[in-house]
Amino acid sequence: MSIIEVSHLTKYYGKSRGIVDVSFSVEEGEIFGFIGPNGAGKSTTIRLLLSLIHPTSGSARVFGKDVATQGPEIRGDIGYLPSEVYYYEGMKVIDLLKYSASFYDHDCRERIRELSETMELEMNRRISDLSYGNKKKVGIVQGLLHSPKLLFLDEPTAGLDPLMQRKFFDLIRAENARGVTVFFSSHILGEVQRLCSRVGIIREGKIVEISNIRTLQQNNYKKVRLTADGLAPGAFDLPGVTNVQTEDGTLSFFFKGDINAVLQKLSGMQVADVTIEEPTLEEIFMHYYE
Amino acid sequence: MKANIYLHEFRARLKSVLIWTLGITVLLVFFFAMFPIFADEAALMNDFLARYPQELRAAFGMDRMDLSTVLGFYSFVFMFVQLCLAIQASNYGFGLVSIEESELTADFLLSKPVSRAQVLTSKLLAALTSLTITNLVIWVVSFTAIELFRGEHEYDVRSLLLVLASIVIFQLFFLSVGLVISLLVKRVRSVTPYGLGLGFGMYVLNAFSGVLGDVALELITPFKHIDPTYILTEAAYDVPLMLLNMAVSLVALGASYWLYTRRDIPAVS
Repeated sequence: MSIIEVSHLTKYYGKSRGIVDVSFSVEEGEIFGFIGPNGAGKSTTIRLLLSLIHPTSGSARVFGKDVATQGPEIRGDIGYLPSEVYYYEGMKVIDLLKYSASFYDHDCRERIRELSETMELEMNRRISDLSYGNKKKVGIVQGLLHSPKLLFLDEPTAGLDPLMQRKFFDLIRAENARGVTVFFSSHILGEVQRLCSRVGIIREGKIVEISNIRTLQQNNYKKVRLTADGLAPGAFDLPGVTNVQTEDGTLSFFFKGDINAVLQKLSGMQVADVTIEEPTLEEIFMHYYE
Repeated sequence: MKANIYLHEFRARLKSVLIWTLGITVLLVFFFAMFPIFADEAALMNDFLARYPQELRAAFGMDRMDLSTVLGFYSFVFMFVQLCLAIQASNYGFGLVSIEESELTADFLLSKPVSRAQVLTSKLLAALTSLTITNLVIWVVSFTAIELFRGEHEYDVRSLLLVLASIVIFQLFFLSVGLVISLLVKRVRSVTPYGLGLGFGMYVLNAFSGVLGDVALELITPFKHIDPTYILTEAAYDVPLMLLNMAVSLVALGASYWLYTRRDIPAVS
């Protein structure tokens, strides 16, 4: 059963676009990356799934239940970490966490203790006295303390130092290993690449691609770079070659197609150096935006 | 109803309730301490008041009240109490859900396993509890102040009870109208201007209604619907206006539920 099933979901804010005809599904136990630049509709999608906003058309199901009508039931098993965390300023950290825990049926005290130890959270400080990074930590503990089955992370690493980011990723991996499904929205491709098994790319409110990270990298073009004497820019005039650049006897280009064609051409040449690389997600991503 | 939201809301408003209640208490006692002077110098006082223009006296409802009697004086004081109550209840109404949005805590609350209706009911009950504390203190302080300063003057307890019983209806009006307006506008950035505007605006409307003798204005303002001078002199409510008042409150409440369950919570930006 798919944990999240989104079908033809559309949201307009008055006349301005949120998302248009978005469909995808997320399977149980996977870490699904949701990437796109700012304003592409990532947060809109998450807010629709949490019923914080209501769709203009289309529908979405989480745990097989309709978000429009069964929101409260669904949210009992959801943890949400927003990109910017804001809490009741006058409260102490521990009181906020207790308030948060009071919404769920089971006892969360042990989990709060564990998580705040991992994230090195000071429990007796007031929220208003916390730095941005520390508020973010409160957000992480708050999002996980009720042991949710599905996690929504909306650009979660902003404001965390590299050490905390690593701890956070370890925490997410550990949750995932326990069977928690993760919906990870980000515009930082490196972290998506590190964590996710599958990605959806959203651009201007529309899904442009959904695939495995691996296939996304494999089915895409290769980066070829070779050094040889007397190379002419036109030496690799093959179909599928783009972005040819020459510099000091080094030729580099992108290639999409059967890699054997390049290898055959190479075998007849006297080269000093050659590299054939998979592009980074970053480069693939830029490709979708051109 | 969710007990945890109710408690959280109630606690968040506790300080405000104490300040408002204390303020109203001071107002009642301070004003009523002057009653013996007014009562003893009744002739002088009425003579003094007669020098003011008729319109001005009408604006404060003083054309119909006799400040030398306990209830006449009480109705004068009670107008200011009502003004405080109106602003307090309006503030709570405007802030009820808008504060969560302006302070961006709505995401936290509404991503919990609760329905919008549960959230609103819990918040409304918490606000009503807060207002009821103020209400009850007014009951106690009113009787205490009257007993302390009335001297030999008698008064009709039943009429006073009628006035005091109207407080809850008065509060509910401003709470629910404030709430529905806060849900109709796109975003309430600061509660105080709205609260003051509604509370004071209604008060001024009532004053104008007194000056102009204009019937249309009476229909809008709770200061006219629940006019202490009328209740104390007639020993009864103005039933049609009272019903109108309650109808407006109920419609505002119903509309609030309708709007809030359909509301898009604005994102942080």
